[in-house]
Amino acid sequence: MPLASIIESIVFAADSPLSLDRMCEMLHEFEREDIKTALAELGRFHEGRSGGFQLVEVSGGWQFRTSPVYQEYVTRHIKTKSIKFSSSALETLAIVAYRQPVTRTEIEYLRGVDCGGVLKTLLEKKLVRILGKKDIPGRPLIYGTSKEFLEIFGLKDLKGLPTLKEIQALDEAPHFEQQDELPLGN
Amino acid sequence: MSIQAREENLTLDGLHETYSVHLDKFEGPLDLLLHLIKKNELDIYDIPIAVITQQYLDYIKLMKELNLEVAGDFLLMASTLLHIKSRLLLPLDEEEEGVDEELDPRTELIQRLLEYQQYKEAGRVLESRALLGREVFTRSCPEPLLLEAQSDEGPLELELFDLVDAFRSLLARIPAESFHDVAAAETLSIADCINEILSLLQEQDMLHFDDMVRDDMTRERVIVTFLAVLELCRLKLIRIFQGGHQGSIWFVPAVAREQTSEVQVLDLDSNK
Repeated sequence: MPLASIIESIVFAADSPLSLDRMCEMLHEFEREDIKTALAELGRFHEGRSGGFQLVEVSGGWQFRTSPVYQEYVTRHIKTKSIKFSSSALETLAIVAYRQPVTRTEIEYLRGVDCGGVLKTLLEKKLVRILGKKDIPGRPLIYGTSKEFLEIFGLKDLKGLPTLKEIQALDEAPHFEQQDELPLGN
Repeated sequence: MSIQAREENLTLDGLHETYSVHLDKFEGPLDLLLHLIKKNELDIYDIPIAVITQQYLDYIKLMKELNLEVAGDFLLMASTLLHIKSRLLLPLDEEEEGVDEELDPRTELIQRLLEYQQYKEAGRVLESRALLGREVFTRSCPEPLLLEAQSDEGPLELELFDLVDAFRSLLARIPAESFHDVAAAETLSIADCINEILSLLQEQDMLHFDDMVRDDMTRERVIVTFLAVLELCRLKLIRIFQGGHQGSIWFVPAVAREQTSEVQVLDLDSNK
């Protein structure tokens, strides 16, 4: 049996992203290197196929996910609770994601407003979790993003976040090509 | 100043007030400042404080006229702006001049604005990703099957929130006491409860949260047990698991069997 097909079957049947470690644990009769190669092969296969779904590395594991381009058709069958984020939720989430571990005071300093309510909602939605307490007077809670955050935002790991530099560059990028002034023809 | 209504989809909380006037909805004072800077096409690195402060105060005045609640954060920023403005107006002290010549009172504010702008943009970038459950979907297991599979699979790691939830549902089940209780003769200490849990765990591998409070269903008992469990967790003597989502909560000793007696000794010490 080809290893790639074995892996494909396991990933297909799993209900959450499957990490390489877990696969190696299950497939102890195979070498880790071979599993890695087979995974890459499988990924290339699905990519080359340009089918309705892809093998995606997300939240430290592998998972089959539909391609975003077919969203419109998939949602005809699957009823989704429309995911919507308020801008305050997004700002707070971004700060937690980039600055973690971070305390509420730090978030509030950066946003200039009270963040208690937003943080609570994010905690309830499991996008943010409490990492522990900071060893400073008052022992405030420190926050970080959760596994669910990576899964929902389709990130491999936290390093997969676009860097703040990239985001800034995006903002500063000119909207049109700059052209030197043309001499007035006389 | 003119204020155009920004189409703001009310989200997460979905609050719709009957007679609310929708002004530009700003996320906070920094957001408002950024908006003013952009509207006036100002250079963020060289903000004309007098202009910005005036417009900022006008906006707050307008909010008040419309009976909108002006959050304290907005007022704090107003005072910060005025403070900066006054510092810019006053001549520097002779002595200070040499030291702080380059220190612009606006520096901190500019830094905050830039940082805020960055995170605001980062939030937008995050939102524009293909989100699971919105643009992207996975194969979904039917709920009952999923639950069954999980309970077979064994325990799940548990978040503190789940524990608090379990505790809350337990407290809700306690019958309300309808009589006055004069200070109970015997009170249960957390240390006693910890010892009780540990000795129970010596007899059995797993302990059910409900079991520990079954005989003595009082508010005091449940709270003391909960605190004992948290303390045990902190001391890393037990681990908490949950059998599936919304499932029952179990405790297992965090140490191997042989070491349990050692733990007992350790704990007795801490009772003193």
